[in-house]
Amino acid sequence: MSGGVEATTAHLVAAESPVKRFFRATEIDTRLLGMVGALVLIWVGFQIFGGIITGEGVFLTPRNLWNLLVQTSAIAVMSTGMVLIIVMRHIDLSVGSMLSFVGVVTGVAQVYWLSPWLGADNPFIWVVGVLVALGAGAALGALNGFLIAYAGIPSFIVTLGGLIVYNGLAWWVIRGETVAPMDAYFELIGGTPSGSWIGGTASWVLGGLLCLAIIVGIFVNRSARARFKFPQRPIWAEAFLIIVGCAIALGTVAVVNAYPWPPKVAESYATDHNIPVPEGGLILSHGFAIPMLIALGVGAVMTFMATRTRFGRYVYAIGGNPEAAELAGVNTKRITLQMFMLMGMLVGVAACITAARLDAASNSLGQFDELYVIAATVIGGTSLAGGVGTIYGAMLGALVMQSLQSGMTLLNFDSAVKDVIVGSVLVFAVWIDQIYRRRQS
Amino acid sequence: MTTPLVELKDISIAFGGIKAVDRASLDLFPGEVVGLLGHNGAGKSTLIKALSGAYKRDAGQIFVNGAEAQIGNPRDAKKYGIETIYQTLALADNVDAAANLFLGRELRTRWGTLDDVAMEAEARKVMGRLNPNFRRFKDPVKQLSGGQRQSVAIARAILFNARILIMDEPTAALGPQETAQVGELIKQLKADGIGIFLISHDIHDVFDLADRVTVMKNGRVVGTGPVTAMSKDEVLGMIILGKCPPGAVPGPGAMAA
Repeated sequence: MSGGVEATTAHLVAAESPVKRFFRATEIDTRLLGMVGALVLIWVGFQIFGGIITGEGVFLTPRNLWNLLVQTSAIAVMSTGMVLIIVMRHIDLSVGSMLSFVGVVTGVAQVYWLSPWLGADNPFIWVVGVLVALGAGAALGALNGFLIAYAGIPSFIVTLGGLIVYNGLAWWVIRGETVAPMDAYFELIGGTPSGSWIGGTASWVLGGLLCLAIIVGIFVNRSARARFKFPQRPIWAEAFLIIVGCAIALGTVAVVNAYPWPPKVAESYATDHNIPVPEGGLILSHGFAIPMLIALGVGAVMTFMATRTRFGRYVYAIGGNPEAAELAGVNTKRITLQMFMLMGMLVGVAACITAARLDAASNSLGQFDELYVIAATVIGGTSLAGGVGTIYGAMLGALVMQSLQSGMTLLNFDSAVKDVIVGSVLVFAVWIDQIYRRRQS
Repeated sequence: MTTPLVELKDISIAFGGIKAVDRASLDLFPGEVVGLLGHNGAGKSTLIKALSGAYKRDAGQIFVNGAEAQIGNPRDAKKYGIETIYQTLALADNVDAAANLFLGRELRTRWGTLDDVAMEAEARKVMGRLNPNFRRFKDPVKQLSGGQRQSVAIARAILFNARILIMDEPTAALGPQETAQVGELIKQLKADGIGIFLISHDIHDVFDLADRVTVMKNGRVVGTGPVTAMSKDEVLGMIILGKCPPGAVPGPGAMAA
């Protein structure tokens, strides 16, 4: 009986086209592939277009790509939380204002309270500054979550109110001033000053560790499935996934390492550390910048939380059917509160990156970020109807958004034109996604 | 048969000014199937949702094994071994069968993470018993057929050693063959000493499977009696007219004789 069924499925598989079989075996999300394709198209397009207009395409240079990744990190960090909020059929419109408020609070804390108290350049200032940002974010997020989950006010309204309120609070804290400079250690979080990147060797080591993690992950999964005698992915598919995963990891390392330090910075570093400067100047690699590592780390932790923990399972189940989750005994109110609190903490992280990168905090920080974060999430394949969305998709979406913006900046596009194009791309991307989904079902 | 497995006493639930359930009482003994019949809007589902914790009752008491039970939400009900198969199935459509089976009661590894492989293994075991042709363990439940979804909902209820099972229209989405399977399952569960409330529109189903029948009309219990002491016509009379036949014990909703 079961043999007969196996034979039928085997027959079906054989009847599939090789392309279909490939996707089934590797379990690669075709929509993800579409997004990667779009990203490549944008990158190559800007490179060629830049070449035509200015005579030299600068988009696909290590320097630009490195900057692109740094610029993406704050939005990418917030988008990892926004995915789960939208999966739960909620929305958070307050993240931009919240970032502004949290940035201002941590800026004021560093410059006006901690620095006079602990003395400037005290290594604890940045720790406290970060904790203040995370705490403030968590508190405001929890407030949002409480009003949504327990007072039963729709998230759209609560966070729309939050958008206005936190904006006002940010202004109220510093009265439109700009607080600067940030603590010297804190600045490293932003990826701008020297010392805020980890260098070539450490980047290769990290790339190697990532490859190792990919291989170990696939083997652990295989052995777990073998223990219960479940069907396995074919070996060639596993090998393909390992090769592609490692190629992406090591390729990224190669790119960030190909961006050398500015000659002057390298020279002064050499004099400080008594390194002889060779003929033709010292070449030092940037490697990964700290904000990239933060975004990478946040992405990994959030992916783990979404796929491997009860909390994540409940978030998706609530998004699929809130009533069913409640009837199954899930405490949906508590999960909602926790999710908004988590979103607030991610805003805290993003606020640190943004304030550190600008080396200043003002109430214009994070302006319109809520829109970019939501756009990144939606471009990344998250359905506004809830229940569907991935963290890596949202982070890729953030990269797509940032690529468009920096590409147009490099080509000296008018900022009005940029807005028109970015907005149109968002609508276009969702339209394409709708068509894709309709054809799938 | 001295202490009932579960006893609902004078339960009332009102929505706004409308009394959906009015002083309804109901009991169930181990290994017994009690059919709950009535028109749409008679209050069957509402009454039973007070037991499963989905609705809060305004008045009345619930006893499990003779002791008063505090049931304020679905988690409480599950603690008393009360499992429910809802008419709407109450499945999270976007996750797979195993995730639905264990929703709210996930198996975890020793590091506290979800043990998906173990959950899938359990799911394969229980689904193999209920629906041997089921193979789609990786697909979101949304993509399954009505019958497959129903078997997921049933599997979820029996997976955790329920003592009291509430089935709200369990065969509504099923074909004849699958309906027969559910009938077999009910007999098997009954033999294991599980008490079952069976809510149905289909009077034939209920006569085939139930030991006793309780009929509700306009939120009130018309009467309760063993299926052997009543004819189908008499039960129809209870449903339509609220007329309690001599074979049944009349409730507050019985038409004045």
